[in-house]
Amino acid sequence: MKIIEVENLVKKFGSFVANDHLTFSVDEGEIYGFLGANGAGKTTAMKILCGLSSPTSGKVMVAGYDVYHQTEMIKKRIGYMSQRFSLFEDLTVWENFQFFGGIYGLPAAKIRERTTELLGRLGLGGEKNRILGSLPLGWKQKLAFSVAIIHNPSIVFLDEPTGGVDPITRRQFWEIIYETANQGITVFVTTHYMDEAEYCRRVSIMADGKIVALDTPANLKAKYNAANIEEVFLKIARN
Amino acid sequence: MKGFIIKEFYHIFRDIRSMVVLFGMPVIQVLLFGFALSTEVKNAPVAIIDHSNDQVTRAITSKLLSSGFFILSDQVPGEGHIEEVFRHGKVKEVIVFESDFAAKLEKDRQAGIQVIADASDPNTANLLVSYTSAIINDYQQEYLKGMSLPVTVNTQSQMMYNPALKSVFMFVPGVITILLMLITAMMTSISIARENEMGTMEILLVSPMRPIQIIAGKVLPYVLLAFTNALIILLLSYFVLGMPVKGSLIMLLAESLLFIVMALSLGIFISTVSNSQQMAMMLSMFALMLPTILLSGFIFPIENMPLPLQIFSNIMPPRWFIVIVKSIMIKGLGFRYIWKETLIIAGMAVFFIVLSIRKFKIRLE
Repeated sequence: MKIIEVENLVKKFGSFVANDHLTFSVDEGEIYGFLGANGAGKTTAMKILCGLSSPTSGKVMVAGYDVYHQTEMIKKRIGYMSQRFSLFEDLTVWENFQFFGGIYGLPAAKIRERTTELLGRLGLGGEKNRILGSLPLGWKQKLAFSVAIIHNPSIVFLDEPTGGVDPITRRQFWEIIYETANQGITVFVTTHYMDEAEYCRRVSIMADGKIVALDTPANLKAKYNAANIEEVFLKIARN
Repeated sequence: MKGFIIKEFYHIFRDIRSMVVLFGMPVIQVLLFGFALSTEVKNAPVAIIDHSNDQVTRAITSKLLSSGFFILSDQVPGEGHIEEVFRHGKVKEVIVFESDFAAKLEKDRQAGIQVIADASDPNTANLLVSYTSAIINDYQQEYLKGMSLPVTVNTQSQMMYNPALKSVFMFVPGVITILLMLITAMMTSISIARENEMGTMEILLVSPMRPIQIIAGKVLPYVLLAFTNALIILLLSYFVLGMPVKGSLIMLLAESLLFIVMALSLGIFISTVSNSQQMAMMLSMFALMLPTILLSGFIFPIENMPLPLQIFSNIMPPRWFIVIVKSIMIKGLGFRYIWKETLIIAGMAVFFIVLSIRKFKIRLE
């Protein structure tokens, strides 16, 4: 089943075309890598998918809802984690989970259950009463990811989730992403680290507002005769 | 929504700086303005040169000294050395009775008193001279009693609403206004700017919460805090500074609430045009604090300003709120005397709310 369907999405700011006839789809439970250089139009497309912005034209369906009229329904079904680390630094781990569970309208008992479950999975159950600002960045990022899926969304959008994190934490982070995808949550991720793109089931590469390549990492490497995705990316960027 | 408010209170109570601003500032300002910055004159040192020293001059002197406005300075300048005592700054006023005062008064029906004041502080000098004249006039009335006179004109002056000319009456409305304005506008703009800066605003916007709910959740705690603050200031000024509330307390609180809502919408607006906490803070300080103090009529009368500034002062919300507070607290007036000011503040609140919502929407695009 397709969880995201995009056909001929166009987004213009004045005369500037940020997204130029994008067409792609994401399957349920898939890890989809959304790559592209800075300024290629990734963030704009992601904002549209999250219901923060409306497209100029084209058909965009997320979790079965239309982004023109049903953003309220979409927002209930998605989770989002931004490139800037974004939990509240002056709240404890527990309070952050309570707050974000609350804004997704979960009942108090459900929030407690999910918080205990998610913290347990990260092995951070003992840290629940610590002020978030005092924790290492890697932990914070894992916690931010857990908060993004506290309401069991259909899709979770990750905007450069591993920026500024050491390689070991990145590896652990991807293990959590896999685990999440195995539970049926679709993962839509943008990243600058091309080695991470290899972990995705399929990736698309954007340049100048267009999707110039879309396939599994293996097929892309074969097609561009490259050893890794980084080479594919550079070959595309040079053209 | 409840979670939102709880979260906001955590932010405030865990940050010592905001706690100090929130609760330290009102107390300190009220006490400072109430006690330190007093424009009243009490116990001004006065030197008296009495060339006649008869029963009339002694009567006038004792009347002056028992008024409470003056105390007798031990410095008695000799004739021609009056300027010297002023130079030392120990004497604020010198009173000179001419010689044979009582006799002249009896015989010629007039006698001279010279009042010389140190006008390097013009307000004080003015007050002292008018106190002195009033007291001498008063004595004159008594003296003339029982005598048949052709015609006399009695001037009776009365200081309405503030007979004792207490400066607290002037400062408290101003301080309430400044504090409500600063705390609400500054704290809200900073707290919203912080969410923008930290990137948490993005997460909130992606959530099913509507933008209007997010903003309401952010500002409601500040409404509560600002209102608590208004109460603290009123209690302090009532019990510590002896400021009366002649009109309806309910109306005063309702008007304060309206002003708080206005300041909040201004704060939201500031946060939509600034992209960092620092900028929000600077904007609130410079765009709000200075004009509030200088142009609201709090310290400097608006009537004395040059015309362009007078016109400009009309767009300062505090200007109107000060009138409301004074009318209710000091004059005890009812709503029909302040509906115009109320309407202006309500209008400003609506204006800033609409403006912020539009700005907010544009930013989301």
